[in-house]
Amino acid sequence: MITPLASEPASTARPEGPGDPPPSGTSAAPAPRRRSHLGRALEPLAFLSPTLILLAVLMVLPIVLVIGYAFMDNVVTNPDPEFVGPANLIEIATDPTFHIALRNTVVFTVVSVVAHMILGLTFAMLLNSKRVSVTSRAVLRAIYVMPWLFTVAVIAVLWRMLLAPSGVINYLLSTDVEWLADPRLALGTVTVINIWAGYPFFMVSLLAGLQGIPGDLYEAARVDGASPVQQFFHVTLPQLRQIIVSLLLLDMIWTSAQQFALIWMTTGGGPLSSTEMLSTYTYKLAFDDYEFGLASASAVLVLLVSMVLAFFYVRHEKARES
Amino acid sequence: MTAVATKAPTPKNKKYQQNPKHAVRDIPARIFIWIGLLAGAAFAGLPVLWMLSSSFKSNREIFEFPPRLLTESFSFDAYLAILSDPSRLRFFINSYVVAICVTILTLVVAIHAAYAFSRFTFRMKHPLKLLIISVQAVPPITVLIPYFGIIVALKMYDTYPGLIFTYMLFTLPYAIIMMTSYMNSLPRELDEAVRVDGGSSMTALWRVLVPVSVPGIVSVGVYTFMIAWNEYLFALTLTSSESMRTVPIGLQLLMGQHSFQWNEIMAMSILGSIPVLALFLFFQRYFMSGLTSGAVKN
Repeated sequence: MITPLASEPASTARPEGPGDPPPSGTSAAPAPRRRSHLGRALEPLAFLSPTLILLAVLMVLPIVLVIGYAFMDNVVTNPDPEFVGPANLIEIATDPTFHIALRNTVVFTVVSVVAHMILGLTFAMLLNSKRVSVTSRAVLRAIYVMPWLFTVAVIAVLWRMLLAPSGVINYLLSTDVEWLADPRLALGTVTVINIWAGYPFFMVSLLAGLQGIPGDLYEAARVDGASPVQQFFHVTLPQLRQIIVSLLLLDMIWTSAQQFALIWMTTGGGPLSSTEMLSTYTYKLAFDDYEFGLASASAVLVLLVSMVLAFFYVRHEKARES
Repeated sequence: MTAVATKAPTPKNKKYQQNPKHAVRDIPARIFIWIGLLAGAAFAGLPVLWMLSSSFKSNREIFEFPPRLLTESFSFDAYLAILSDPSRLRFFINSYVVAICVTILTLVVAIHAAYAFSRFTFRMKHPLKLLIISVQAVPPITVLIPYFGIIVALKMYDTYPGLIFTYMLFTLPYAIIMMTSYMNSLPRELDEAVRVDGGSSMTALWRVLVPVSVPGIVSVGVYTFMIAWNEYLFALTLTSSESMRTVPIGLQLLMGQHSFQWNEIMAMSILGSIPVLALFLFFQRYFMSGLTSGAVKN
């Protein structure tokens, strides 16, 4: 399966001269022309075959199946499922709990993502300040990154302890509140936990972005008499705009679809569905109620939402590249 | 998780730092910045510090008023309770076995895929890359239901292979994208020389390209290990016997069974975070640059 490419004239394939930059992107790197040969055409596919097999079995097949299940009843548990058409989708779309879950997911996602961005940018700007020594910055950065290094399960149990009725947070605020058990507070509380857990990703990426802004831009702005606030709005933000949009879209994709563990281990979607998310709603339908057909219909709706977000993300990345 | 491409950091700060003219005017700004920095550090660090402190306390002391960060009855009892209990150690063994196997398998598969994307042109290249990128956007809950059926049908329910193959689904796309962008940054002359001399592509990849890709491989490996170590939803659904549970599920079980032995729960949290913390500390440089040197973009 492996064909040596020795017959290829070396001089055309190799860029001459030491000043040539290495190819930076696959699309940008012109590949040498090769004589068409079946073995050579198959070679890259041979290298890709383990990936393709795994993705086909683990990803493509389940997606096809779940779309099929969405239109069937008695799936998974029963050997002969029954085709019911769009009935499952209609039942999910008209279920009040689904509406609550959808609303909660939107609130949780939008608030988390916006707060991640604001906190991440604030911390990145502070850490990028030239008025603080390099050592202090390194130490502080290590502290700031910490929430990112704990698994969601650890974050969930940690905050359950901190937020317990007789826990340290109630002591510090001199309150006596059931943060996770009060239906009016639970959604806000899990959102704050998620904000704590998620901002470092923004911070790290934006810090790299800030360090990539050429210093002369600020110098020019200063010469023109721009105040630090004006510099932020006219130099920093425009320079970071592309990264910020990418991060916002990525974070929306993850937060909207992948927050299951945090919710499941803090509130389980309760009390009274006040923190029910699309993921916990779907999980309960499948593994508590064994309504696999309905759960699949819900899962397909979640997939649709994610695909819309992913579409915008890919389109943005394409625009960024060109 | 994925990162966004950015330029390499350029340390260009020194000349401002040492300008005496700015020194006096800077003082209010410095105070302002330090207040912000310390508030942020408290927000990020205090919960973690509290977790650490609670793991050394007695259960009674954890909810004592007023709460104290430094405990009087400092002890390792909670750690000893976790480490001397075979059923809890089992969670750690399971997590290590699964995460290490996932990391090795993911790296091997991803290195080959990245080689194909980085060094070959073929008709399906761009559609396949797009497919791999979009796999990352598929919510886990979407595939969970049919996946559960497939794993049961393959007799992999409640087994290591079931979890290992599952986690590759989450680790592979990211590993391939990151690895491809790393290999793209290496000059083609390196491996092409081998092929010109009559060596096979496999030789070029493993003898030449892989050894110089070590920094990239390390950062992909660390990231892969973290994803596998932290996974929760599939570990919850695809295992049932307590002897197959991983650390995140074990933590939840500990919370349910020994209701509110908070010191032990915190000790297990710390023990369960050590592998990731250690990897991050040791490989921080590789890791951060790997993350920021352009995953999604290339």
